[in-house]
Amino acid sequence: MPPDIIVTPISVTALLCGEIDHHSAAGMRKAIDDALRKSKPSLLRLDFARVTFIDSSAIGLVMGRYRLARELGSRVQIVNLNERFHRLMRLAGLEKLAQLTLKEQRLNA
Amino acid sequence: MTTLNEMRLTVDSRSVNESYVRVAVSAFAAQLDPTVEEISDIKTALSEAVTNCIVHAYPDSVGKIHIHAQLFESGLVRVKIRDRGCGIPNVKQAREPLWSSVGGERAGLGFAVMESFCDKVRVRSTYGRGTLVTLEKQIQGRDYAV
Repeated sequence: MPPDIIVTPISVTALLCGEIDHHSAAGMRKAIDDALRKSKPSLLRLDFARVTFIDSSAIGLVMGRYRLARELGSRVQIVNLNERFHRLMRLAGLEKLAQLTLKEQRLNA
Repeated sequence: MTTLNEMRLTVDSRSVNESYVRVAVSAFAAQLDPTVEEISDIKTALSEAVTNCIVHAYPDSVGKIHIHAQLFESGLVRVKIRDRGCGIPNVKQAREPLWSSVGGERAGLGFAVMESFCDKVRVRSTYGRGTLVTLEKQIQGRDYAV
């Protein structure tokens, strides 16, 4: 499913959704790249709050967007990761490229 | 080792089948009463193996991917993923993290992820003939996870 994209004067936020695998990553890639190229923001935020599954295709998706963002002079933040997604991204060393932030949890949930 | 149950599934190497194989095998393995984490581990590793078949084994054609899943009394899940595709010329190199034979958006982490999320990963490949990947995961189950 292509992500909802929120654009402000300084940032592009992609609200990724559902399962990210080799099949679904292609559509997400295009939507994010179009928004990045159009608005050349100072910040690209990839939000994983609504993502239910990732494999290494999500790592490829992040790395590819990081490359384009850097060309355009944008910083990258990856937010709302669960423990599992965080572990996969650290396996790939993504914390060296972008700021990784875990999902905040309600204590009284 | 006593086999409790087994299943076989053959799908075309079309990327739309990646999620189908994950769901089918994880639903089958649910008989062992795994934790959500354990099921997610199997899904992630399996997704990598199936994606490899689609991207690497059959790069320019659609071939068959054969899945064979076995559940053992000990709580072991074994999943074999077999293709009759191009084979891997150098398995050792292919298993190295960040190494990828194709450029673009493949991170080169498929085998690293399989190894990280499974207890055992075996790869047998014959160049030009195909590849067999065997994944093993010991399920402790929800009784053990508190």
